[in-house]
Amino acid sequence: MNNAIQAVYLVAALLFIFGLKQMSSPKTARGGIMWAGVGMVLATLITFLYPGMTNFLLIVIAVVVGGGVSYVLARRVAMTDMPQMIALFNGMGGGAAAAIAAVELLREEPLPVDVVVLAVLGAVIGMVAFSGSLIAFAKLQGIINRSFVFPGQNVLNLLMLAAALVFGGFIIAGHGSGLFVALLFATAFLFGIMMTLPIGGADMPVVISLYNALTGLAVAFEGYVLGNAAMIVAGTVVGAAGTLLTQLMAKAMNRSLGNVLFSGFGAKVEAGAAGEGKEMRAIEVDDAAIQLAYASKVVIVPGYGMAVAQAQHKVWSLTQLLEQRGVEVKFAIHPVAGRMPGHMNVLLAEAGVPYDLIYDLEDINEDFPTTDVSVVIGANDVVNPAARTDTASPIYGMPILDCDCSKNVLVIKRGRGTGFAGVENALFTADNTRMLFGDAQDVVNKLAAEVKKL
Amino acid sequence: MSEITGFTALYIFLLAAFTGYAVISRVPVILHTPLMSGSNFVHGIVLVGAMVALGVAETTLEQIIGFVGVLLGAMNAVGGYAVTERMLEMFKPAKEAGEAAGAPSSEGREGGNE
Repeated sequence: MNNAIQAVYLVAALLFIFGLKQMSSPKTARGGIMWAGVGMVLATLITFLYPGMTNFLLIVIAVVVGGGVSYVLARRVAMTDMPQMIALFNGMGGGAAAAIAAVELLREEPLPVDVVVLAVLGAVIGMVAFSGSLIAFAKLQGIINRSFVFPGQNVLNLLMLAAALVFGGFIIAGHGSGLFVALLFATAFLFGIMMTLPIGGADMPVVISLYNALTGLAVAFEGYVLGNAAMIVAGTVVGAAGTLLTQLMAKAMNRSLGNVLFSGFGAKVEAGAAGEGKEMRAIEVDDAAIQLAYASKVVIVPGYGMAVAQAQHKVWSLTQLLEQRGVEVKFAIHPVAGRMPGHMNVLLAEAGVPYDLIYDLEDINEDFPTTDVSVVIGANDVVNPAARTDTASPIYGMPILDCDCSKNVLVIKRGRGTGFAGVENALFTADNTRMLFGDAQDVVNKLAAEVKKL
Repeated sequence: MSEITGFTALYIFLLAAFTGYAVISRVPVILHTPLMSGSNFVHGIVLVGAMVALGVAETTLEQIIGFVGVLLGAMNAVGGYAVTERMLEMFKPAKEAGEAAGAPSSEGREGGNE
């Protein structure tokens, strides 16, 4: 039986890696998650045959309740709210890893020292990922909508982490009483909260990705504690993949990971000097529609504002109308458009936009000089030319979409405010830019109606 | 269960880490969000460990913590799968998407996720 269980775990680990590999192309991605799902089901079922298992009723109840609740949540969540949902489920995984550590550390019989060390490390990491992800969820969901920054915060946080490690040290040294285990978990839990609270909404994707990697690591450590190879492999693969993904995201936003975690930027509102003294110029919808209808090449730059207004379906309708008139339409996606890399692609895919119309930053930027009209919908910081020119700007150096190089720019924007990073945008006051103020869905709808009339 | 000790575990860590790195480094940006979600699902394997922890729990306290662990692990695995699957089922190339948009249902889908 032992060998049968190990064999199934091996197959599961193989399916996880194969599944992640399949996800590297849009064509095979859906098959990939299904294979990984098969692996998960197999591993879960075979675990009921684990030698010495009891409490079967409790296990079944917990699986059914936990699985049922999260299934309903996952099916109901709007695509725009996906990042916080991923954060929530990730936090659950971190909590589960910490729970395994707690059960093992509270056991009466003494454990080998290497097992205790990894159990403690997994507990701390899992707990931080748990409470940190919950805060990330609460922030993105709007439950917590202010940042908590105070002097000496980093010092306090480091002290808290040090305290957690000291308690862990006592447990490792063999003073593993219930008290120290409780203190270890409490300090790690608090540390996760405290280190996430000061981080602003704009940086949250990086943090979620980091916690995803951390949960993977915690799962791998607890896998060692339990002698479970599937957990070690799957956890480590996610830990490594998540770390790489975190780096890619931080790079796309021109922020170092240390900066994200310890500086509290993204929370502050800093006014830049760009575009000062110049006025934004509005344009009527019918004029804008004529510009679009008689253009030969149009690039649409969607931002999170489009998604909030649920305008992506209307944008696709407008695109189809323009294509019928022979206009070449492309979508330009900044790596951090939406709330995290790839989020905007998901939102456009939901509206039915085929992925071969969608271009990455590197592929589309050379197109802008030959573009007749760029349509910026609810995007701001990712098209701000200050990132190229203004060394004083907080977003200086971030790669941007060079919309300002196209012949005309139409910006659909709800109001005159600044973007997520709180920086003024010189694009909006540029000579070739015209503004369409209003709700994105409403404006695009009117544009489509006008184009239809022409 | 079979013992995985010291250096054997280190070798597993090492190879799995390189595997994770290599697998992800070829993923296009458009799939980053589903991929983060997919890797989030994969560490849902923690469910298996939590089941073992609860399965061998003896005291009431161990049972309670183990129960919470299985509950959270199941949420991670099932929720992670459901959101990833939902995102990936929408990725379609131009031909298929065109057909889907031609059908009357494309308008009706709007606001379906409120």
